[in-house]
Amino acid sequence: MTGVLDWLFDPYSFEFMRRALAVLLIVSVVGGVVGTYVVHKGLAFSGDALAHSTLAGVAIAFVNGANVSLGALVAAVATAIGIGWTQRRGRVSYDTAIGIMFVAMFSLGILVISRRTSYTPDLFSFVFGNILGVSDADLLGSAILGAGTLLFVLGFRRELTMVSYDPAMAATVGVPIRFFQYALLVLIAVAVVVALKAIGIVLVNAMLIVPAATASLLARRIQRIMLVAVGLAAVSSIVGLHLSFHANVATSPAIVLVACALFAVTLIATSRRRAVVIKAGTFMVAPKD
Amino acid sequence: MRMRSVHEHSAAGEHELARDPLPPGHAHQEYALRVHDLWAGYPGQLPTIEAIDFHVPAGEIVGLVGPNGAGKSTLFKSILGLIEPIRGEVHAFGKPVHEARADIAYMPQLEEVDWDFPVSVTDVVLMGRYRGIRPFGRWSAADHEAAAEAIERVALTALARRQAGELSGGQRRRVLVARAIARGARLLLLDEPFAGLDAAVQHDLLEILDGLAHEGRSILLATHDLSCVASCSDDVVCLNRRVIADGSPADVLTQEVLSRTFDRHLLTLGPLASAAHGALIFDEHGE
Repeated sequence: MTGVLDWLFDPYSFEFMRRALAVLLIVSVVGGVVGTYVVHKGLAFSGDALAHSTLAGVAIAFVNGANVSLGALVAAVATAIGIGWTQRRGRVSYDTAIGIMFVAMFSLGILVISRRTSYTPDLFSFVFGNILGVSDADLLGSAILGAGTLLFVLGFRRELTMVSYDPAMAATVGVPIRFFQYALLVLIAVAVVVALKAIGIVLVNAMLIVPAATASLLARRIQRIMLVAVGLAAVSSIVGLHLSFHANVATSPAIVLVACALFAVTLIATSRRRAVVIKAGTFMVAPKD
Repeated sequence: MRMRSVHEHSAAGEHELARDPLPPGHAHQEYALRVHDLWAGYPGQLPTIEAIDFHVPAGEIVGLVGPNGAGKSTLFKSILGLIEPIRGEVHAFGKPVHEARADIAYMPQLEEVDWDFPVSVTDVVLMGRYRGIRPFGRWSAADHEAAAEAIERVALTALARRQAGELSGGQRRRVLVARAIARGARLLLLDEPFAGLDAAVQHDLLEILDGLAHEGRSILLATHDLSCVASCSDDVVCLNRRVIADGSPADVLTQEVLSRTFDRHLLTLGPLASAAHGALIFDEHGE
C-alpha cells in the first residue's frame, strides 16, 4: 500500500513536479473545452497548423531576446486570422490554404533558427516540449490565458454553439457570425500557446483532439463532452507524468500515448454504439448562395 | 383563400432602372412582408434578382417557385438583411426589415445546418429564442417553456432530449420548424421545407404550416415542389431572376407561366391549376 502511495506522491516532493502537474491541469481544462470545438467542427488540421506556426514567433522572439511565449502567441493568433481570411475568400481549397500557411510559418521559424550557429536547447524545448522546464512565469502565463479562454467560452457558449450549428440562421437573429468564427480560431491559437512549453509544438495538437474525440464517443451534448474531455485529459496527463517520472521517459509523448490508448479502448468498447465524427473542414465557409 | 388577379410581368422592356421609389411610410400594416423594386446580387456581378415586387398578406402562405439559380436564396437573404440590396425596399409589418428582425423567423435548407454538431433537439429549438448578444446569457424559464410548446406542436416531445443529428430528415425539418415557432415570429421564411420528404411526411408538415397560418402567422416558402405549393399556398410567386407571375395557384400555375419560369418544356399531369396535382418537369436532356 505504501508502495502505491509512494509511487503516487513521491514525485511531488519536487517543486518542478508540482509545477508540471499544475500546468498540465490547466492544459487539460483548456484543451478539453477548446478541443471539443476542434473535433466537432473539423478543425484538427487548423490546430496542427497553428501549433507549427508558433515556431516562427518562438524563433524570432528568441533571437531578439524577447519573450518567447509572447512570440508564439503573436504568431499563432496572426495565423488564426490568416486561416479565417483564406477560408472566407480564398480561391484555393481551405486545407490547401492552411497547408501553405503552415509550411510558410514553420519554414520561417527554421530559417531564423538556422542563422544561429550555437546549439539552442531552449528552442528545442519548445519543439518537443519540456515539462520540467516550466517556470513560475510560464505557469502564470498559462493560467491567465487559460482563464481568459474559459471565460470567453462560458460567456458566449450560446453564440459559439449557434455559429457552429447553423451560421445562416444565427446571422438572421443577430449573432455576429464572422466575429465568432474568427474568435474560435483565435481560441484554438491561445489553447495551443497555453500548452506549448509543456507539450511542445509537434504534439500540442494531440491535447486538443484526442481527449475531445474520446469524449465524443462517451457523451452526446456539447457541455457533457467538454467535461468528459477535461477529465480524460487530466487523467492522461497525470498517468503520463508518473510514467515519465518513474520510467525516465519524455513526458509529453507519454501523456499523448496514454490519451491515445484511452481513445483506442473507448473506440473498441463503444464500437457498436456510434462512430466518432471528425469531418473535413467546412467551418468558415460562408453560407451557400 | 384570397383571389387576386394575375399580373404577369413582361420579360422584355423592364430593364429601365427609373421607377418611382416607394414613398416613405407607404408600407401597409396588413402586409406581413412587402418587397418593392428590389435588385440584389453579389459584388462585381450582374444583379441576381431584378425589380422584384410582391407582398405576403398577413396570415397567408405564399409559395415562391422557381428553378435553381432563379435567385430564391438571394431574395431570402436580402429579405433577411444578410445581403445589402442594390436598390429597392423590403418592409415587414410596416417597418424596414432590419427593424422587424424579432418578428421574422428563418428556416434554412437542411444542408446549411451542421447536423453532426452535438446539440439536443431542445438546444436547437431554444436557439429560436435568441434575442441578441448577452455575455453569460442563459435561457430563461419562459424560453424553455416556449421551446417545449413548440416541440409539442411538431410532435417531437418524445425526442426532445435526443441529439438532433440522430433524427430522420422529416424530423430534422420539424425541429427547424419548431425553432421558427419558438421564436414567436409573425413571419416565417422557409427555404425548401419539403425537399427530400416523402408524401406522408410532407402532409404532416403542411398541416403544421396550415395551423400556423390559421393563427395569423404569415409564411413565405421557397420550393421546387409544385404540388405542395398548389395545395397549401394562398398565393404563388413565380421567380426567375424577376417575378414572372404572381397570384393565386389556380391562376398562376399554368403551363404557359411555368414553362416561362423554368425555361423548360413542362409536362403537366392534367391542368395543374384546377386539379392542383403534381407536375413532371422535363429538362433539355430529357430526363
